[in-house]
Amino acid sequence: MKLELGRINIKDVVLSDESKIVNGVLNVNANAIKEIVLKDERIKNVTIDIAKPNDSTRITPVKDVIEPRVKVEGNGDIFPGMISKMNTVGSGKTHVLSGCAVVTCGKIVGFQEGIIDMCGVGADYTPFSKLFNVCLVIEPVDNLTPYEYEDAARVAGLTIANYLGELGREITPDVVEVYETLPISQSVVNYPDLPKVAYVYMLQTQGLLHDTYVYGADAKKIIPTLLSPTEIMDGAITSGNCVSACDKNTTYHHLNNPIIKDLYSKHGKEINFVGVIITNETVYLADKERSSDFTAKLCKLIGVDAVIISQEGFGNPDTDLIMNCKKIEQEGIKTVIVTDEYAGRDGLSQSLADADPLANATVTGGNANEVILLPKMDKLIGTLDYVDKIAGGFDGSLRSDGSIEAEIQVITGATNELGFNKLTAREF
Amino acid sequence: MSKIRVVHYINQFYGGIGGEEKADYKPEVRTEVVGPGLALTQNFGDEAEIVATIICGDSYFNENTDEALSTILKMVEEHKPDLFIAGPAFNAGRYGMACGAVCKAINEKGIKTVTAMYEENPGLDSFKKDTYILPTGNSAASMRKAAPALAKFAIKLAKGEMTGSADTEGYFPRGIRKNVFVEQRGSTRAVNMLLNKINGKKFTTEYAMPTFDNVEPGKAIKDLSKAKIAIVTSGGIVPKNNPDKVESSSASKYGSYDFTGMNDLTSETFETAHGGYDPVYANDDSDRVVPVDVLRQLEKDGVIGSLHNIFYSTTGNGTSVANSKAFASEFTQDLLSAGVDAVILTST
Repeated sequence: MKLELGRINIKDVVLSDESKIVNGVLNVNANAIKEIVLKDERIKNVTIDIAKPNDSTRITPVKDVIEPRVKVEGNGDIFPGMISKMNTVGSGKTHVLSGCAVVTCGKIVGFQEGIIDMCGVGADYTPFSKLFNVCLVIEPVDNLTPYEYEDAARVAGLTIANYLGELGREITPDVVEVYETLPISQSVVNYPDLPKVAYVYMLQTQGLLHDTYVYGADAKKIIPTLLSPTEIMDGAITSGNCVSACDKNTTYHHLNNPIIKDLYSKHGKEINFVGVIITNETVYLADKERSSDFTAKLCKLIGVDAVIISQEGFGNPDTDLIMNCKKIEQEGIKTVIVTDEYAGRDGLSQSLADADPLANATVTGGNANEVILLPKMDKLIGTLDYVDKIAGGFDGSLRSDGSIEAEIQVITGATNELGFNKLTAREF
Repeated sequence: MSKIRVVHYINQFYGGIGGEEKADYKPEVRTEVVGPGLALTQNFGDEAEIVATIICGDSYFNENTDEALSTILKMVEEHKPDLFIAGPAFNAGRYGMACGAVCKAINEKGIKTVTAMYEENPGLDSFKKDTYILPTGNSAASMRKAAPALAKFAIKLAKGEMTGSADTEGYFPRGIRKNVFVEQRGSTRAVNMLLNKINGKKFTTEYAMPTFDNVEPGKAIKDLSKAKIAIVTSGGIVPKNNPDKVESSSASKYGSYDFTGMNDLTSETFETAHGGYDPVYANDDSDRVVPVDVLRQLEKDGVIGSLHNIFYSTTGNGTSVANSKAFASEFTQDLLSAGVDAVILTST
């Protein structure tokens, strides 16, 4: 499958009477967005606000971050099976509004949503401080169940991302990237001497605010399967997951998965990158056994020599990570795992809840328990009502002067396990 | 600028007192540079000076540790050093233990400390978390390499410039994980590590796998119908509105909750504070995590002797092993004094 990704560099976002892109400036008509979002009768109100890099702005509680894209050639539309008609994506041409995102936030669903600071020390920890963000502050109708509310907020974010992505359909991209994955039988003929490498992509699937969707299918009910990396760039995987926001993959992360990008950069030169195996992180032991068995079996069946395994989350999914790593290594296939750490605020405790000597090549996104002091921001998008309760916060996290003392766990994407960031932990 | 004041600790052998026959030598302080201190002084240049040397026999120290430590601490404090150096101990086991123990005690007084020893010295495992320890060869023959490294490190430490990780600064890891920003993003590091692993080249894992403690199972309960059973959970069940403010993740505390007279935990009375799982079902009926309802029935039916009327609860979500151990060692005393025979530990 071959995908041309045309990036339109967005240099600014402004509220306007008409939604359009003019010379790299994204004009957003807030009323038009409101009208679309309020078509969902589960949503009582939505406020649209803009957050720009270096603004003294805090966004919380953040549920998802989504990059606007549009399919301009080839099968299907962005987020197939989820908000677009089911169709296999990953071929043809896609335009990307690079440098901006839709951020869904508002009243809390669980304890799990995150914080994005657009400036100050917190901004260094989240990639989303570098983007022009169109924020949707969503208010559900009264007595909506948490499941319905989560679904409504998630669908609203994806829908508005596609609405904005559509504005880029006729724009000539600033940069065009081409990605191609051939059938394995053909790529091994093309690159007979290169080691065959796959990417094992673990998806968090543990229930409310812990779910991920593949072509609209709830991933906790899938058995591991094979995708072309280009499908993911067209929105085959969407996030329903922001619990302990530091190490959860937003939809933005899925669309821009850096492991896929970096494996492609070595493809045809040092490795033969044959594809992506997606698997889940379930709550029952039998499901964990089945999924890790299938993942190892798929690696063997397609005949790879090595894999990178990325985790999503921590604690319970450490077991899935180690099961995958161990079973794949036992097939004689080399692994590198990407995780993060919960070593305690003092950094002195064991970082993982499960371990195995075969996991001898580990990349870490940092210790999520490390405490940070986030300065007061002049502007708030969303609400600070939940700062003491969200994962990583504690009683007294929100101080009277508006600053927040909390673990970096509260920051959306801070210890991302797709290797999105330059943060890591070292031994001192 | 005045020179950095250093107090140096060595054993009876390096102090020129004698060998094993003099190992019972009691602590002595001299306001001069002795033995390996000469090599350190040569490498200090104008930046630091040894203002006192403490000599102590290895046997004396290890057999009279408390007494030796209190004497040595007094000697050190009298000389008001900016920095304390012990050894190097190379592969001498008792000397290494003494260097580590002395450094630990002095560190606790707020004075910076460093020692050096061979990687197999038992002093390393015992004290690597308590002081900086630099690597040396396994015998005094490596003094020529050890002294400059130790002197250089000591000056940097005294100046407050010891900010790098163990691998960059060259000391033995103290087991502290700290965050740093590096040049490459994680995905690039992962791909490079994989290429090295595939090609049989050297690579360094960013986190060496931990070894876990094994908990030996308790003895089996012979007669359940006479046993007092308690419930402990890491599932975060708390009375409604979380009165103790147990954190949703990375708990720094636990709660103990009396449910005397209750046969059921309802959505009106209890909820979960846990931020790591779907809370809807636990909030709807907290018995799903703390099974008071079925245990009351078992109590009534005589299957168990009795149910302890207090349950202990924290959130396991992201909570460090150190915190968990501390909680359990505290409330286990309560359980023991309440005559509890067995605990049902529920997780989520």
